[in-house]
Amino acid sequence: MPKQTTSLRTYALTRLALAVPMFLLLLTLVFLLMRVAPGDPISAALGGRLSQEELQIRREAAGYDRPLIVQYFEYLGDVATGDFGTTISDNRPVTGMIVQNGAATLELTMVAMLIAVLVGIGIGLVAGRYRDTPVDVVGRLFGIVIYAAPIFFLGFLAQLVFGKWLGWLPTSGRASPVVTFELNTPTNLFIVDALIAGDWAALSDILKHLVMPATTLGLVTGGIFIRLVRVNVLQTLQGDYIEAARARGLSERSVVFRHAFKNALVPVITVMGLQFALLLSGAVLTEQTFNWPGLGSELIRYLDNRDYIAVQGIITFFALVVVGMSLLIDFVNAWVDPRVRY
Amino acid sequence: MKTQRRGPQPAAGPTPPVRRAGLFGRMIAPVREASGLPKWILWAGIVITVIFVVLAVFAPLIAPFDFDQYRSVDGARFAKQAAPSSEHPFGTNVQSTDVLSRVIYGSRTALIVVLIAVAFAMMIGVPLGLISGYRGGRMDRVLLLIMDTLFAFPYLLLAIVIAFLLSESIGRGVMSAAISISVIYIPQYYRVVRNHVLSVREEPFVEAARAIGAKPRTIVRRYVFSNVVQSVPVIATLNAADAILTLAALGFLGYGIQPTEAAEWGYDIQRAIADAGAGIWWTGLFPGLAIVLLVTGLTLLGEGLNDVINPVLRRRRLKRVEIPVSEKTT
Amino acid sequence: MSLNPPALSVSDLRVWYGTTRGPVRAVDGVSLDIKPGETLGLVGESGCGKSTLGRGIIGLLPDGAATAGEVLFEDEDVLRMSRRELRRLRGPGIGLIFQEPMTRLNPLMRIEDHFAETLKTHEKEIDDDEVRKRSLEVLAGMGIPPTRFRQYPHEFSGGMRQRIMIALALVLRPKVVIADEPTTALDVIVEAQILGILADLKRNFDAALLLITHNLGIVAEACDRVAVMYAGRIVEEGRVPEVFGDPAHPYTRELLRSIISLGTTGLHYIPGAPPDLIEPPTGCRFHPRCPDAMRVCPERFPVQVSPAPGRRVECWLHGPEELIPGGGKAPLEREEIAIADEA
Repeated sequence: MPKQTTSLRTYALTRLALAVPMFLLLLTLVFLLMRVAPGDPISAALGGRLSQEELQIRREAAGYDRPLIVQYFEYLGDVATGDFGTTISDNRPVTGMIVQNGAATLELTMVAMLIAVLVGIGIGLVAGRYRDTPVDVVGRLFGIVIYAAPIFFLGFLAQLVFGKWLGWLPTSGRASPVVTFELNTPTNLFIVDALIAGDWAALSDILKHLVMPATTLGLVTGGIFIRLVRVNVLQTLQGDYIEAARARGLSERSVVFRHAFKNALVPVITVMGLQFALLLSGAVLTEQTFNWPGLGSELIRYLDNRDYIAVQGIITFFALVVVGMSLLIDFVNAWVDPRVRY
Repeated sequence: MKTQRRGPQPAAGPTPPVRRAGLFGRMIAPVREASGLPKWILWAGIVITVIFVVLAVFAPLIAPFDFDQYRSVDGARFAKQAAPSSEHPFGTNVQSTDVLSRVIYGSRTALIVVLIAVAFAMMIGVPLGLISGYRGGRMDRVLLLIMDTLFAFPYLLLAIVIAFLLSESIGRGVMSAAISISVIYIPQYYRVVRNHVLSVREEPFVEAARAIGAKPRTIVRRYVFSNVVQSVPVIATLNAADAILTLAALGFLGYGIQPTEAAEWGYDIQRAIADAGAGIWWTGLFPGLAIVLLVTGLTLLGEGLNDVINPVLRRRRLKRVEIPVSEKTT
Repeated sequence: MSLNPPALSVSDLRVWYGTTRGPVRAVDGVSLDIKPGETLGLVGESGCGKSTLGRGIIGLLPDGAATAGEVLFEDEDVLRMSRRELRRLRGPGIGLIFQEPMTRLNPLMRIEDHFAETLKTHEKEIDDDEVRKRSLEVLAGMGIPPTRFRQYPHEFSGGMRQRIMIALALVLRPKVVIADEPTTALDVIVEAQILGILADLKRNFDAALLLITHNLGIVAEACDRVAVMYAGRIVEEGRVPEVFGDPAHPYTRELLRSIISLGTTGLHYIPGAPPDLIEPPTGCRFHPRCPDAMRVCPERFPVQVSPAPGRRVECWLHGPEELIPGGGKAPLEREEIAIADEA
């Protein structure tokens, strides 16, 4: 049935409307998970350290003595206004903590994603095109083995080889103490800040710190992308319109690049974007391995301290990011593939 | 001449049910027919997986020492962080335990946890997917939304939170690790099974069954299930590979198995990170290699099965053929 | 014959695929000629090798296929051409129209882009205005308005997509067009429209058309000559009114009898199953299913004869007498084709 292509705007609005239920569901899930643990967060975090009266005061201040339903709607309201409260253990405003450490995680994941995409597309396209040749076999094997290697194991090896034995790269942190102390960080994205300040020495130091964590995370994620791209290339090359293009006398190079590769990458873009969640998971591990002060390592730290307010804030933020990312990917997909808009 | 016209060819893809014996034979047939590269991939996967299964099952017999043993039989304490030697082929770690033994016992831990986790996920995800896909309606939409949401969330965060909460109630251990891992994989089984059911549901032979009055339960059991079950082994294998990585990740972060309960590779690597600074490589290298090897083996097994079973990717092997020179006949 | 040389001349073409069970003889010694402006219908059951023949003529076969024989187009043998020569041939020389139009256009490319790419590949000097002009012209001939030039394939129905495919083939003005079951996937009304378009090919473009189909009705309506294919070989060929009016080969006769019309009172069908192309029956390949089979039929491969000028047939019923051994003309005795044998 032929249909008219709807405008991009209509599609965007429709998708936004549909994303709301999922987001609400995620928030509810987070809320429930945080309340499942026995007792209330305040006691859990500070139980041994404060007296009962002080605990009660804090509890009332944070609203934990009110009925669950009320707390739920308060929580939703807080999310809407962006007020996540203050952490229990070290009294930081949660929003501020998210911004500061979130930037570190953002920097790490963006660079890692770039590496993953380059590796995945580069090797995947070639492997799919030259199916069943040695090139394909090596490419596939590389993808499988690199994904099989846990991030922390690769990190361990990297620190051993490049840190200890060769001494080329630092093994922890975002920058050396001097740079951290001296650099002005308005955006908290160190690369950007260094560029703004025009401080090349700082930039070099920052990049040296970024190389190992980002490459480790990027390679492992790239391993999955190889498989994805390859399968899509194989399926596309079997397509009827490919045969029809050849029957019109188009050169093999035209057919492969303009028809096969381009069409194969369209579904891949979507899936890659959805793998952003995977990247976040990997980021947590990477941050722990390399002592990267991002949201992942903060999450672990607050979890160990039973600081549920902080944990709730961080996980809510992650939920936001995931939904936002999925919307963005849907949008890009609709822009690229005209069949999708409904 | 009284003859019957030959019936139409059954369509490729979902096929009407055959007797039980035939089902298994049908599943094995592509494996036997595989040739060339897919065969090597499949067999490499099988060999590696079997090696680890053997290590896991016979760990007490194969491992030289116990996984938490820090002194020899006569009471002498093992050296701490000793390099590999004839006595300790993989060396010892900071707690004076033998690395080789821990690696071997680690495979036991990994396989047990992963087996339980995958079994749980399957037992919940597959039936839910079947019912949801076949019944449709509001229940389906609600379930789909829940599963999609779970699926979209970063898996490790979910596992960490669940493991953490479980550790508060039932304590850390094999069960809590298995449960937290299984929860993140339920949506995967649900989705695949549901999609398969949706496509099979529209097939003419299902419609025909409904037309002759077959009950929904019968239809699902006889027609839908046997078709769907074909894709499950591949997913389960690739799932297991992933689950091992998740278990190791949980162990690395400290939410996995208690070190006193069993040996776990991820936990060992976490301890080894500190050793890297001192140039001690054996405490981290061997557990890590074990993970890489086992996950690679399972992945090869899953991919090999997929290559062999999945008709889209299966390439009809066209052999070179020579046309004999013969007299012109037209 | 020399006054009007054929646009396409196929001589003893064989296309075999190698499989694990043995070579599949999809096309096993086919010869035919098509003159410019002539429409030749190629009919046969599914699996008799028609599509392979169509693709084999322009060399569009998978890697494991082997070819033998000769396909002459403009004094060159297509089977011996290099890859580059083949690419130049496909499109402006010989065009191919496929069966299922729904999936034959790139879903991410506008119709305009399809045309631009095709034209610019073969006519490097062409400019955008010329591309637009010629594309719109040929599309108009198909009934597709210029307003839809920039739309995507999924916005068109099946019939329109097929018309676009035909336009895409015709815009290059090929000398020979091979249409592989162009209307099988379409409904009857659209089919009639497409056939009308193909009939115009003769008049407007003077192209030779090889129309591959299993539908005898189409052949009767649209073709000048017809070739009947069975088990990889042409068993009968001639002008449509003669072949359909007085079929020489039993297979042709049975096919015609199986057609359902308003006068049909009972279903007629040809017993048995299509032959195995890996191990075809001995002698005449139709003998297991032929109601007129004789003793000689399974023994010896029939020789091609010409029962009338412009017709040829491969059947022992038409001789040559000298080659039939004594007693060979007696009816062939055989067991009933049991149901089990067919399975």
